[in-house]
Amino acid sequence: MKLKKNIAISESGFIFNPEIGTSFTTNSLGVAILKQLKEKTSLEKIKDSIIKNYDIDQVTCEKDLDDFLRIVNQYNLLEEQS
Amino acid sequence: MNNKKDITVAVTGLNAIDSPGPGIAVIRGLKESNFFNIRIVGLAYEILEPGIYMDELVDKVYQIPVPSSGFDLMLERLKYIQEKENIDVLIPNFDAELMTFIKLKPILNKMGIKMLIPTKEQFEERLKGDLNDFGVKHHIKVPTSETVFTINELEDSLEDFDFPVVIKGKFYDAYVATNIEQAKSYFYKISAKWGTPIIIQQFINGNEFNITALGDGKGNMLGAVPMRKTFLTDKGKAWAGISIDDPKLIKMANDVVSKTKWSGGMEIELMKEEKTNDLYLIEINPRFPAWIYLANGCGQNHPEMLVKFLMGEKVDPIKEYAIGKMFIRYSYDLICDLDKYEKMSIHGEV
Repeated sequence: MKLKKNIAISESGFIFNPEIGTSFTTNSLGVAILKQLKEKTSLEKIKDSIIKNYDIDQVTCEKDLDDFLRIVNQYNLLEEQS
Repeated sequence: MNNKKDITVAVTGLNAIDSPGPGIAVIRGLKESNFFNIRIVGLAYEILEPGIYMDELVDKVYQIPVPSSGFDLMLERLKYIQEKENIDVLIPNFDAELMTFIKLKPILNKMGIKMLIPTKEQFEERLKGDLNDFGVKHHIKVPTSETVFTINELEDSLEDFDFPVVIKGKFYDAYVATNIEQAKSYFYKISAKWGTPIIIQQFINGNEFNITALGDGKGNMLGAVPMRKTFLTDKGKAWAGISIDDPKLIKMANDVVSKTKWSGGMEIELMKEEKTNDLYLIEINPRFPAWIYLANGCGQNHPEMLVKFLMGEKVDPIKEYAIGKMFIRYSYDLICDLDKYEKMSIHGEV
């Protein structure tokens, strides 16, 4: 899973897709996840870093991350998988 | 003091109303020229076109006869204006006046007025009713469309389409109809306002994009900026928009300009189908769009480039533009003295 390379991520949580001109907002954790996706970090590593830095159990983390990524996909921010 | 060359440019489309003409946006670009000091002569059809009263943008205004009053009357008026103003370049900004200016072009040229406008063939082949042929001729994907003149023809033609369909006027208005009754009601609504023919067009499910482009008439695209509307008025006009980065859109603009050898400004309306990501050409407007000032904000001053080209200056095509630049329109009340309105009413110039 990889974020489209031209997606602009601001520290403020403002996300801009220049291909279709849409924008979204997210929180600091969302920014951190998107940045890692852009750097092609594996989902396993992203999940581990969330569990390490936040007070969250593995099952809840997996579910929340899954939900977040579904939204990211709906917003057309991910590269199409071949 | 500056070294800019003094020239005079006439501009139509001063109707900066809720569904604005492009004139004021074109003038803003011209006034920001780094190359010319441009004196603006506004050409207005109605005496309440707001541009008439924008003293900081328009130096002199003349009322001109509406295109339907005929070629001779327009020529007579332009001869009078030219004697006084010595216009170098004229930029028409209305679809409805363009055919008159296309016919007038050789005469105006002899009078010293230059225009970069499409030819009669270019103007006609991109008409909404002829879009199918345009697509076939230039190998550009267009939605299937049929032209009808009567309600019976509409009913017959609808058998060739799956709903929803788009019902469009020849020049203005478009509605999405989801059944035959709706299609018929839109037929009546549009034909009562704009007359026939009416165009039935295949509905493309996806996102709409617009591109403003400038062609030199020899197949070269001098500039192009794509935009997505982010806020629409109830008439479906852009009230806000944002420049975007999609090489496919630029390629489409380049294809249209090079294959048609387009001359002048144009607005290309496209749909990107959600399922396939295929681009469909929906419409070509044969002039700058009302949002042309966004191109200027993105680093491409198309009105200035057009004038430079016509004045024989070298114009290098620009490919770069700023991405993520937005425009947002606003309404603003101009306070004017009655004497200006009086002069326009009585003398037709101010």
